[in-house]
Amino acid sequence: MRITCPNCGERDRREFYYQGDALALTRPAPDAGPHAWDDYLHNRDNPAGDTQDLWFHEAGCGAWIVVNRNTVTHAIDDTRLAATVKR
Amino acid sequence: MRLQDPQSTVSFTFDGRRYRGVPGEPVAAALLAAGVRLVARSFKYHRPRGIMSAGSEEQNALVTVGRGPQAEPNVRATVLEVSEGLEVFSQNAWPSLKHDAMAVNDLMSPFLGAGFYYKTFMWPKPFWEKLYEPVIRRAAGLGGLSGKANQDRYEKAFAFCDVLIIGAGPAGLMAALTAGRAGADVILADEDTAMGGRLLREVEDVDGQPGPDWAAETIAALSAMDNVRLMTRTTVTGAYDQGTYGALERIAGLRRAGKPLECFWRIVAKRSILCAGALERPIAFPNNDRPGIMMASAVRSYVNRWGVAPGKAVTIFGNNDDAHRTARDLVAAGVKVAALVDCRDDVQVDGDFPVYTGAQVVATKGRRALERITISHAGGTRDIRTDCLAMSGGWNPTVHLTCQMNGRPTWQADIASFVPTPGNVPGMVTAGACNGAFSTAACLKEGAEVAAEVATGLGLKPKVTVPSADDSAYRISPLWAVPGQGRKWIDFQNDVHVKDIKLAAQENFRSVEHMKRYTTQGMAPDQGKSSNVVALAVLADATGRGIPETGTTTFRPPFVPVSIAAMGAGSQGKGFAPERLTTSHCASVARGAPMIEAGLWYRPSYFPQQGETHWRQSCDREVRYVRNAVGVCDVSTLGKIDIQGPGAAALLDFVYTNTFSTLKVGRTRYGLMLREDGHVMDDGTTARLGEQHYVMTTTTAAAAQVMRHLEFTLQVLRPDLNARIMSVTEQWAQFAVAGPRSRDLLNSVLDDQIVDADWPFMACGAVDVAGVQGRLFRISFSGEHAYELAVPARYGDSLFRLLTAQAESYGGGAYGMEALNVLRIEKGFTTHAEIHGRTTAFDIGMDRMISRKKDCIGRTAAARPGLIDDDREQLVGLKAVGAVKQLTAGAHLFAQDAAPERVNGQGYTTSVAYSPTLQTGLALGFLKRGSARHGEVLRMVDHLRQIEAMVEVCDPVFFDPEGGRARG
Ligand SMILES: [Zn+2]
Repeated sequence: MRITCPNCGERDRREFYYQGDALALTRPAPDAGPHAWDDYLHNRDNPAGDTQDLWFHEAGCGAWIVVNRNTVTHAIDDTRLAATVKR
Repeated sequence: MRLQDPQSTVSFTFDGRRYRGVPGEPVAAALLAAGVRLVARSFKYHRPRGIMSAGSEEQNALVTVGRGPQAEPNVRATVLEVSEGLEVFSQNAWPSLKHDAMAVNDLMSPFLGAGFYYKTFMWPKPFWEKLYEPVIRRAAGLGGLSGKANQDRYEKAFAFCDVLIIGAGPAGLMAALTAGRAGADVILADEDTAMGGRLLREVEDVDGQPGPDWAAETIAALSAMDNVRLMTRTTVTGAYDQGTYGALERIAGLRRAGKPLECFWRIVAKRSILCAGALERPIAFPNNDRPGIMMASAVRSYVNRWGVAPGKAVTIFGNNDDAHRTARDLVAAGVKVAALVDCRDDVQVDGDFPVYTGAQVVATKGRRALERITISHAGGTRDIRTDCLAMSGGWNPTVHLTCQMNGRPTWQADIASFVPTPGNVPGMVTAGACNGAFSTAACLKEGAEVAAEVATGLGLKPKVTVPSADDSAYRISPLWAVPGQGRKWIDFQNDVHVKDIKLAAQENFRSVEHMKRYTTQGMAPDQGKSSNVVALAVLADATGRGIPETGTTTFRPPFVPVSIAAMGAGSQGKGFAPERLTTSHCASVARGAPMIEAGLWYRPSYFPQQGETHWRQSCDREVRYVRNAVGVCDVSTLGKIDIQGPGAAALLDFVYTNTFSTLKVGRTRYGLMLREDGHVMDDGTTARLGEQHYVMTTTTAAAAQVMRHLEFTLQVLRPDLNARIMSVTEQWAQFAVAGPRSRDLLNSVLDDQIVDADWPFMACGAVDVAGVQGRLFRISFSGEHAYELAVPARYGDSLFRLLTAQAESYGGGAYGMEALNVLRIEKGFTTHAEIHGRTTAFDIGMDRMISRKKDCIGRTAAARPGLIDDDREQLVGLKAVGAVKQLTAGAHLFAQDAAPERVNGQGYTTSVAYSPTLQTGLALGFLKRGSARHGEVLRMVDHLRQIEAMVEVCDPVFFDPEGGRARG
């Protein structure tokens, strides 16, 4: 598996640390209530198809990257720096 | 029998007997040349088996190479190169290959069919594990391992290219030539020892010259190109995501100590062209497994390429025109053709040998090797004396790699085979025989054209020129299984025959995947390469479906067996994990300190002195150094993270539960870090070196995790903060100097004297040590008046030697991990034994450290009702009070009168120590409502180590609870 780091280019997946759903980008406000926080912390979809998750280029430039990929075909169609993603 | 006298030979042994072979030829060729026909016993029935193929698809001739720890089982004799002194052994036979006692299984075969184990050995149940399974396991199987550590060397490597071409037959060579001339970076990989594929085996002309000559010329042309890399003996074993391919290279030449045997490659290619060719498939006729019965193409390989006749009177049995060339080649080589048997009626063959059309082989005879066959044809049946039968049921394109990413192949009726479905593997295209193009001319043409398309796609300008070659049509009439008495083998490697598959269908295992598991068809090391399509056809017939409706099983990597040693090359022993050594490592080892692993780091356990016979003596002495004089300890392994920028303070306020923006420059503060789910992640001290400059310390264990967490916070959660972070763990050597004489010791090494007024508890700042700029922190993990002194790592070794020498002059010295642990337990300081991922700030008594004035990571979740429940297990100290003084970590706590069972559990211990200061056993642990139960006496039970003790619950800070010693 190869992931394109926006800083470093295409690299082997061994250079990356996998975090999970890119839902992490949208942290609820402290007073958003238990449901919003449960969804943020624990509830995850398990899609057969397009998914968006966070990878860390740990053995590279140290960038957190939002990766759009397909869990069925394994195709990766987009990678962006988490710091630049609009939310 | 050899057709020509070889120029030079080497000697090798097979089952202890000496044979001659020609360097470079496979062991299979040398054995055939010597007339050895029985080479193996089959997996389940121990039937005599011989050499069946001339390639990596070999099902029968599996052998063991070498002996002892060097022994490598299940090597295919058809790809094992002969070399001087090579030792080869047969497998799965006892006491010998000729007289195999387990051949009794074959007599019992009527009872040992598919599903036999499931039906027979189900009852009585306990017998399965104790009796049936061990007996069956001993009886069945192939080669074994020695059980000793493998001393052989293996390697792994990475390669990158524009175009990976898999297979160097006519299609692959033309593809490489076309892509290479266009300027692409090409890797051409072939599993054979030489490139050329079928051109090495067949008698055909290309461009007006013999096939092998054209191949040699083409290879020479490719070798001359800087942008083309040729890899022989290299099997591409798997196709993975984003153009990554696995490949196994067998290293050429003699096997000898120190030289790698194999290299596992990871090849990344922008595009790939599969030119893997095709595999000839057997025909299922009665007793088609006797030594001497082999594939027709293999016979041509041995005759044409290796100059070896596999028999004295050869019969050919086939269902396609391609089989006929076998007879032609044998005659040309001067080998007698006993008969040509073709199942089709309308075939025309010219030759000086008997031809039977509309005929089939219906029986074979010969105990340890083929002696005669019986055929049936329009005129009745006929016996033929023959010692070698060349069979051809047609060709299966080698589609495996195209199916490894969940794709299925497509049935093509005119060639009665599956061909690749385009687009199955992104970036991969196919050409030649693996694509169903079976003539040499078609292979050359497809190879060139497909490579031209690929090169064009890469922005290059290729030219296509295709040499002329044989273009005779491939005509076939499907023939899968011949009717008649006797077992008709399909999967030779797993001993599956036609009746097994019919039985599966009869018992309603009609799905191809169910049939596979019921019969074990295709589950041997060869993964059914040669047999799967025949099995499918038989299943289709038995279930009244067509082959495409029956479908195929899933092909998974690897295409050929890959030894774990090759995939894990470099990762044995010390190579398993990198070693991180501190700057004081050499000095510590020189002092005789046993080093223990802390993550990847190595740290000294203790520093033994003369006369000490037990680690506890050393440890207790080192604890007393710190409590009474001064101790020195390398703490460089703690994570150190440099944080700078206008947003640095806000970042720390957000990741720590407490506030760091209010910390004064030149001061240090303890910080507690939570995960977003409210549990404790890590703790440590952070010093403010400047208005916009902090340096954070983490625990040794969590250094990488905290670094990742800080980057996550900055980039994902708070990109608004302008701060930068950098791990500086390896840049600074840092030493704890702890004890009542610590200031005196420092003043003996610092360029400028320090006084308590300038350096109160938790102060930090720059100092000079013998002219070297360092950093000093007045922090304590021992509860004593203490400092940590940091210098650039290159001065660490000399500073450690200086500090320990000075400490000894004050009646102290170096201390290791054991003493460090005792000191922190006496003070109730937590480590990851306590903050083990399930504990909250509330549990360790630090909930007051969660600031109410600001948001921080984990603050909201930490307030969830379940995480602040009074019933939770809370951190407590435990003191041994009964007759048994030994406390153990991981033991469970019970009320004195309760049975020590899970339901009565009150808590558990996490860290234990013998305190030389308090002269008793101490433990930290977690206890339900613990902070309200100080003074209670409980029972500690360690079920694993069979230890029981009485403990008194107390405050976790056992020693100097007011903290006066650290502050004073
Ligand atoms: Zn990067």
